[in-house]
Amino acid sequence: MTATAGVPRRGFVRPVTALRVGIIVAVLATWELVAASGLLYRDVVPSLAAIAVALYKTLSDPTFYFHLATTGYEIGFALVIGGVSGLAVGMVLGASKLMARAYEAYLYYLGPTPKIIFFPVMIMWFGVGAGSKIAMGAVSCFFPIALNVAAGMREIDPVLIRVGNSFRANAWQMVTKIYLPAMRYPVINGLRIGLGVALIGTLLAETKLSNRGIGFLVIQAYSLFNMPQMYSLLIVLFVISIGANALIGRLGGLDDIKRS
Amino acid sequence: MNSFAALAKTRWLPAALGIGSIVVVIAVVEGLIRLGPWPFGYPLINRFIVPMPSEIFLAFPRIVVEENVLSRFMLTISEALSASILVAVFGVAGGVLLHRFALLRQATETWVAAIAAAPLVLIYPLYLVIFGRSATTIVMMGFTAGVAPTVLKTLEGLAGTRRVLINVGRSFNLTRSQQFWKILFPSALPTIFVGLRLGLIFALINIVGVEFLINFGGLGQLINELSERYDLAGTYAAICFVVLVSICIFVLMERLERWLRPGE
Repeated sequence: MTATAGVPRRGFVRPVTALRVGIIVAVLATWELVAASGLLYRDVVPSLAAIAVALYKTLSDPTFYFHLATTGYEIGFALVIGGVSGLAVGMVLGASKLMARAYEAYLYYLGPTPKIIFFPVMIMWFGVGAGSKIAMGAVSCFFPIALNVAAGMREIDPVLIRVGNSFRANAWQMVTKIYLPAMRYPVINGLRIGLGVALIGTLLAETKLSNRGIGFLVIQAYSLFNMPQMYSLLIVLFVISIGANALIGRLGGLDDIKRS
Repeated sequence: MNSFAALAKTRWLPAALGIGSIVVVIAVVEGLIRLGPWPFGYPLINRFIVPMPSEIFLAFPRIVVEENVLSRFMLTISEALSASILVAVFGVAGGVLLHRFALLRQATETWVAAIAAAPLVLIYPLYLVIFGRSATTIVMMGFTAGVAPTVLKTLEGLAGTRRVLINVGRSFNLTRSQQFWKILFPSALPTIFVGLRLGLIFALINIVGVEFLINFGGLGQLINELSERYDLAGTYAAICFVVLVSICIFVLMERLERWLRPGE
């Protein structure tokens, strides 16, 4: 694990890099101080060295990758199912005032509900295996994606829609040539948020009832009170979700948004 | 065709369509379960997986009386309200701070975005040790999960203010604080509220989720208990109560938004 925060060119450090390094150093120093001071129970805030050792052990353990792959494909399936259905529903709601007025309120009301409470139901519908975890992730990410797409659809410049209509574009052409390109940022942002909640839905389901997956490993580390291992698992999880998040942003060009 | 378009513009048709389709779905589910295996030789909906809607409806008074639902409801809603106040204060302040200091934004915006996508709820064992098995753990978990998306949306709203509006402010020689309160903030408000709603989705997921996981407190614990007892109708009814909590908070948010933007 080597974190290089940008190589300074021509012998000077950019202020952004300096600030980043400063923040990281401050956080790590505070952590180590708290660990050494014994203000909190020592096992809760283990020393950085203990976490590093646990991280090495976790990453060199082959069974870890089995659990990682399990969680990965559960979240992948969840995102595909929730994303495609969210996109379709969002576009229908965004395109039709009648549909939006009839149904969008219910999506808004169901959106803030905590999806994990549906887990007992999902277990009965889809079994105790991967199916119920995928269902949890898909249900979780459906709502933010659908609502983002519907909102993005309404923000499309009417001129673009008129251009499409004046070219007599059919419904499919309107979707692929006008709507999707015009609202790519809300769609990608919805996906980004959807990924966050799909991760939470899937991992929480794994901590509740599972014998595989990262969520299971974390709750196992907790019940054995192996805090360094729990931290190492969380670090790996966070790095992966940061990576996936950055990838979605990069692929979607969110980094290049410059509104002038 | 024209009369249909005119109908669609009225208030009652969309509302009737929405409520009507829910009633139809409920009636179809009830009917299919009641029919049992009659038309196809096997039941289309297994009544041991999906209880009849009428059973769920009848379970309401039972769980209200026997399971102390109202006090659980009040506990969950007060936890959610505390967390959302924290999310609103720190999330919006964080977004404004990042917008104000460009260097800080460049250094940390991707970090905040990463935190927003991270499965933060998995740090609940740590909170459990720091704050104890209490409502504080649950509120702090909700706050932790909700704050990052609110920061991001606040920042997006402020940064997305149209150039023309900023130039209007400049041409009126507004001070920095006038520029913020008269131009940037009102222009960003709709996006900020999108962020607050998202923050609340995250906070609520985590509040009831942690109740469910640490078996403490409000409605999350109730659902856990009822499902472990295999009280199907009770479980479904309890889920309806949680949906009710969400609706209450959401209606409150909409009122607040309207109150903040009286002109519209």
